[in-house]
Amino acid sequence: MAEKIRVLLAKPGLDGHDRGIKVIAAAFRDAGMEVIYTGLRQTPPMIVDAAIQEDVDAIGVSILSGAHMTLFPAILKEMKEKGAGDIILFGGGIVPDEEIKELEALGVAKVFTPGAPTEESIRFLREAVGKKKSDEKIM
Amino acid sequence: MYNKKFLEVLKSGLAEWDKKAAKFRDKKSMPRFFTVSGVDIDELYTPDSVEAADTEEYFQEQLNNPGEFPYTRGVHHTMYRSRLWTMRQFAGMGTPKQTHERFKYILAQGGTGLSTAFDLPTLMGYDSDHARSLGEVGKCGVAVDTLADMEIIFDGIDLGQVSTSMTINSPASMLLAMYLAVAEKQGVPFDQVRGTLQNDILKEYIAQKEFIYPPRPSIRLITDMMKYCTDKVPQYNTISISGYHIREAGATAAQELAFTLADGFCYVESAIDAGMDVDAFAPRLSFFFNAHSDFFEEIAKYRAARRIWARHMRFKYNAQDERSWKLRFHTQTAGCTLTAQQPENNIVRVAIQALSGVLGGTQSLHTNSMDETLALPSAKAVLIALRTQQVIAYETGVANTIDPLGGSWFVEAQTDRLEAEAEAYFTEIERRGGVLQCIEDGYFQRELARSAYNFQLEIEKDERKIVGVNDFVLEEEKVEIPVLKIDRQVELDQVAFLKKVKAERDNGKVQATLAKLAEAAKGDGNTFEAMYECSKVYASVGEMCDVLREVWGVWEESQGAMRVS
Repeated sequence: MAEKIRVLLAKPGLDGHDRGIKVIAAAFRDAGMEVIYTGLRQTPPMIVDAAIQEDVDAIGVSILSGAHMTLFPAILKEMKEKGAGDIILFGGGIVPDEEIKELEALGVAKVFTPGAPTEESIRFLREAVGKKKSDEKIM
Repeated sequence: MYNKKFLEVLKSGLAEWDKKAAKFRDKKSMPRFFTVSGVDIDELYTPDSVEAADTEEYFQEQLNNPGEFPYTRGVHHTMYRSRLWTMRQFAGMGTPKQTHERFKYILAQGGTGLSTAFDLPTLMGYDSDHARSLGEVGKCGVAVDTLADMEIIFDGIDLGQVSTSMTINSPASMLLAMYLAVAEKQGVPFDQVRGTLQNDILKEYIAQKEFIYPPRPSIRLITDMMKYCTDKVPQYNTISISGYHIREAGATAAQELAFTLADGFCYVESAIDAGMDVDAFAPRLSFFFNAHSDFFEEIAKYRAARRIWARHMRFKYNAQDERSWKLRFHTQTAGCTLTAQQPENNIVRVAIQALSGVLGGTQSLHTNSMDETLALPSAKAVLIALRTQQVIAYETGVANTIDPLGGSWFVEAQTDRLEAEAEAYFTEIERRGGVLQCIEDGYFQRELARSAYNFQLEIEKDERKIVGVNDFVLEEEKVEIPVLKIDRQVELDQVAFLKKVKAERDNGKVQATLAKLAEAAKGDGNTFEAMYECSKVYASVGEMCDVLREVWGVWEESQGAMRVS
């Protein structure tokens, strides 16, 4: 049997709207994943430290405040500095298309926007983690 | 009145109809006939659907006339024939100067009230130059650090004429103190200052989560402010008890209704415990509800809200003043129903939602802009949203008569149903130790997470269609509406301005007034009076909040509140 996917979910920044991330947490759990939700107002160091400690495959963050162009790069930087660059970083929020492209170029694996079905994020995560694990085996 | 003969005719007619209808029931236009809240709806409502509708007691106790207890049909005797609802558009972005310009635009276009949105650092009590504010300044609303910013926002706007609503909670008292300081500088007496402070911290713990201090001292901040305003700013609505955010976080209509009114009762009990007379403050309490997409359920919700509040205020809290019994409310259309896909469709959603607020007897209304799932609204989108209200008010004829849906068997049955569901929740909240205990244990938070997830599953199982999202999807979609962007320069400008204000103010006075605030918070002095003094000498929101953080500590959600079910 395949190992369970472990995913850390967090709300960075000052935004407190947690409906979306809790729906995602419940959907991932029901899809058989191990979900660690660390809650609101997590700073990039808090998120990355928790991800390393929990040995997760992926970090998912929800940002609805418009601060995504500050917060995503800050998390990526923290990941690199702490040697956690192999963790998949993805997120959801109100992010315009051209900024999604910029974020993906920086190393964010995927950004979901309002209305995306949970199935889509489950499928994405399974594929991304599957690919990461097979890459690791080859190496 | 239904006489016996009438009931016989009704029942035999229904039996006949049922036989005929049975032939068509195999074919269904939708998989389920249920409300947005997941409540199944009957095929037909008749006089028989409303319990005891043919009795005098029913008319007097459940309905009565507008302006009369329990106000099911409206809080005023003549409603919109005397005065339309206030068209109050929520606005605020970027720097104080940009928001000032947006306010002037709204007033010039016929808006009749102002409503201020603050950015996240302001809502969380951090100054624009704080590390945690990085990337957030001016994004979700206007940045306000000191009185100097409020002076810019309201420059040339007569605070004796306009009524202003401010959407802020944890630092609410500080922003009101600054607003009053602007009024004082304009020479406007405080008894002419009108408006509403959201100041509803309980729903922050439950839903919106912009809290700073623990619940119990936060309640004290509110009662201090109520004491001050009851004496000195009598026309100001001190709290807007908000179901809006509870609904946005995933609540059903019944949960929105029940949790909001339970919060309201908690404020009433807290103020009574603080030694205030219920009739001294209750007339200044106001409410704020969501207008979601289920048209009739929403109308029933507003009607039920008025009836529940009136009954509890009169019979449970023994209020004697009729004004204490009247639930007055603001409505905003549901942001969570707007779709990023085919955003122009949102104009239609907003119009229908707004209409439910009007038919439900709202006192003021905000209509969302079509582009809010993409960014802060552009000026064009804001104008369409305001025009939507004007079309409803002036072209549709719905303001011609009071409570036009009163007496609809369906609407009355739903009103009764929602009241009963809310009462069941009040009993459960009581059993769990009251509102504050339920917040600390995470009961409300889990209820909302469960409802939000159920709703999402209904969409994904195709029981619900969302136009443009899980059906009627466009293959190649391109956003063709202008999207407003907040420049990074906003943050730099705001930080520079704060630096300048801090350099030019009398820092000795700032330190002295902040020390007095700490003293009031530690003891039993009035914290609002202390904040007013701090504000006048340009102490910042962050500085005042830091003083209180030091005394009261900060609040973190419990594990119970973070659980998803």
